[in-house]
Amino acid sequence: MVTAEVAEAIPAQTPEDRFEAVVAAEQRIEPRDWMPDAYRATLIRQIAQHAHSEIIGMQPEGNWLTRAPSLRRKAILLAKAQDEAGHGLYLYAAAETLGVDRAELTEKLISGRQKYSSIFNYPTLTFADVGVIGWLVDGAAICNQVPLCRCSYGPYARAMVRICKEESFHQRQGYELLMTLMRGTEAQRRMVQDAVDRWWWPSLMMFGPSDADSPNSARSMAWRIKRHSNDELRRRFVDMTVPQAEHLGVTLPDPELRWNEERGGWDFGEPDWSELNRVIRGQGPCNAQRIDRRRAAHEDGAWVREAAVAYAAKRAAEQSHTEEENGK
Amino acid sequence: MHDHTTSTTDDDHVYLSLAEATPGPEGEGRWAYGTGFADPLLGVDTALPAGTDGADLAAYCQMLGDDALVLSQRLIEWCTRAPELEEEVALANLGLDLLGQARLLLTRAGQADGSGRTEDDLAYWREDHEFRNVRMVEAPNGDFAYSIARLLLFATARGALYEALAGHPDPVLAAVAARGVKELAYHREYATAWTLRLGDGTPYSAERMRAGLDAVWPLLEELFTAHPVELRVGVDPATLREPVLASLGAVLAEAGLTVPEVPPLATVLGRAGRDGVHTEALGPLLAELQVLARAHPGATW
Amino acid sequence: MTEPHTGSAQTGSAHSGSKAGWPLYEVFVRPRRGLNHVHVGSLHAADDRMALLAARDLYTRRNEGVSLWVVRSDAITASTPDERDPFFEPSGDKVYRHPTFYDIPEDVPHI
Repeated sequence: MVTAEVAEAIPAQTPEDRFEAVVAAEQRIEPRDWMPDAYRATLIRQIAQHAHSEIIGMQPEGNWLTRAPSLRRKAILLAKAQDEAGHGLYLYAAAETLGVDRAELTEKLISGRQKYSSIFNYPTLTFADVGVIGWLVDGAAICNQVPLCRCSYGPYARAMVRICKEESFHQRQGYELLMTLMRGTEAQRRMVQDAVDRWWWPSLMMFGPSDADSPNSARSMAWRIKRHSNDELRRRFVDMTVPQAEHLGVTLPDPELRWNEERGGWDFGEPDWSELNRVIRGQGPCNAQRIDRRRAAHEDGAWVREAAVAYAAKRAAEQSHTEEENGK
Repeated sequence: MHDHTTSTTDDDHVYLSLAEATPGPEGEGRWAYGTGFADPLLGVDTALPAGTDGADLAAYCQMLGDDALVLSQRLIEWCTRAPELEEEVALANLGLDLLGQARLLLTRAGQADGSGRTEDDLAYWREDHEFRNVRMVEAPNGDFAYSIARLLLFATARGALYEALAGHPDPVLAAVAARGVKELAYHREYATAWTLRLGDGTPYSAERMRAGLDAVWPLLEELFTAHPVELRVGVDPATLREPVLASLGAVLAEAGLTVPEVPPLATVLGRAGRDGVHTEALGPLLAELQVLARAHPGATW
Repeated sequence: MTEPHTGSAQTGSAHSGSKAGWPLYEVFVRPRRGLNHVHVGSLHAADDRMALLAARDLYTRRNEGVSLWVVRSDAITASTPDERDPFFEPSGDKVYRHPTFYDIPEDVPHI
């Protein structure tokens, strides 16, 4: 099979010029284009972390798969966990176009050398957590990810288009579950409020440190990897979420939350960054457990993966032998 | 030409489009779970056909529904533990197929016996001894080889049964079986491919595959042993023995494995899974499956 | 990481069957009858059969396609960036080959 990638004619002489011109023209950089080393490294790190987050993110909800309280909820949750595995795979595939191997990235994840979203280091303690993860965590992820659909790196942007579509349904199922619980018993309503109380601040922290403390943001914005600042996305999330919380009938646990007429948006308090930093440093409630599970799956599966390789090698050897025979 | 300087507006447009859902198989609905797909019961008459014994049909649907439910629960236990990420997706697919079958069959059971019990009433509020699944599906997962061996045996036998049931006089059971045939064909293909890879892979994997088959094989006979209800409203599973064993034998031969020569697992006073007499593995499985629903009687989720 | 890439079109790197890992496959889906197969991404599989089953699960689990192709990434030969100009310039003047040559009003959907 022979392919050739068609790039629109952009009058540029050096590879650097061509790269800059493609990015400036809002076209996409494709895998075989020249790109600055730092651009490649930034993308690999970001896409890998994103992929790891999808895979580790299966665990907190997976915690409730076997105990889901109705068969419909069980099916929805299983389909969602499956989507997350799929998202991880799309993203690893995008990262591999940059010249890394998924096996290397997996090694980096299970040895703790690459991070994933710290939100998944919090425990899911009740079934309402499943709904709140869909509503708040997936909602925050969507805010982060929609702009990535226009990321300057083609394979990443294309993966994100598909992921965003699926995430929007993840968010809707979460909200629908919470609406059902809020219409339910007193115990169910308490469960929802408790889950909102525990997940609200970690969700806000998903957007990363405030712009003043985010040194790499400017370069990522210049490269069109990032489109909006962390604080801008956080504000957008709060503005989208507050009316949803009101409709649901839950209280967001922030006494400083109030409407700012002048700005036309919601003012909100500052997350406890010291706690998040502890979670990032590995002291979160579930850091060790999440990595252990992923490592165990990878290591326990090694003999299975090796068997498949050995089997394929035997079949390939047979085939080349047959071809040789036929060649005579 | 789009004006890319107004990026916020562009993104707002995407947020809006994410919130819209257009109907139809090509529409946005397909991104949601369980929508945008053909309903297997679309246009199927749910009235009991004349001359059908409702209690028998209900019991039969419970047997097949419980098989599917309990095995799906075991497959779900693989989630986040699969040997490779691609297999996460595949195993979840198998679990979803079986869960879908279980929901339709249990719903039918509640219609057929006139009790009006829902799929959830039956899944969450029956005791262990009221479950009528074969003992094979409740056995713990073991390693990947054991799970594949069980899947191969179950999918081969259940695919053959569904083929025969696609012509059943009950239109609902027939529709479930007709769709199930396609799903089980895929399960069998998946299990067959892995049996070959493990059986003819490395010496270690071959040993694991042999051990897995040896362990699950004693549970196979129960899938060919008729309960009186099956003889009255279903397909006599004894008729499946020969074709299923022939099919399994062919797969094992290709994998360089031999058919285990092990006796079937004994029954208890002649009773086994179809009679509600199970192994010790079912109790903990159901305790986990039912715990939350039972903590909130009458609650809607 | 920045040496010249001479491998597959999509991966931009030559490795595909690293260590004990499974080789990389590229996946192409025909979204519906009448359309071409389109590249949708890649996956790892030990053999062709596994690649096809995994592609079905991964890229068409929402009925996205009516037909699937999988091909080992290392079986794809691609033009290198350096070859791009001579390779494509001959068609550069045939602007009518490009869809953007045809002016279609913005309010016509799905074109």
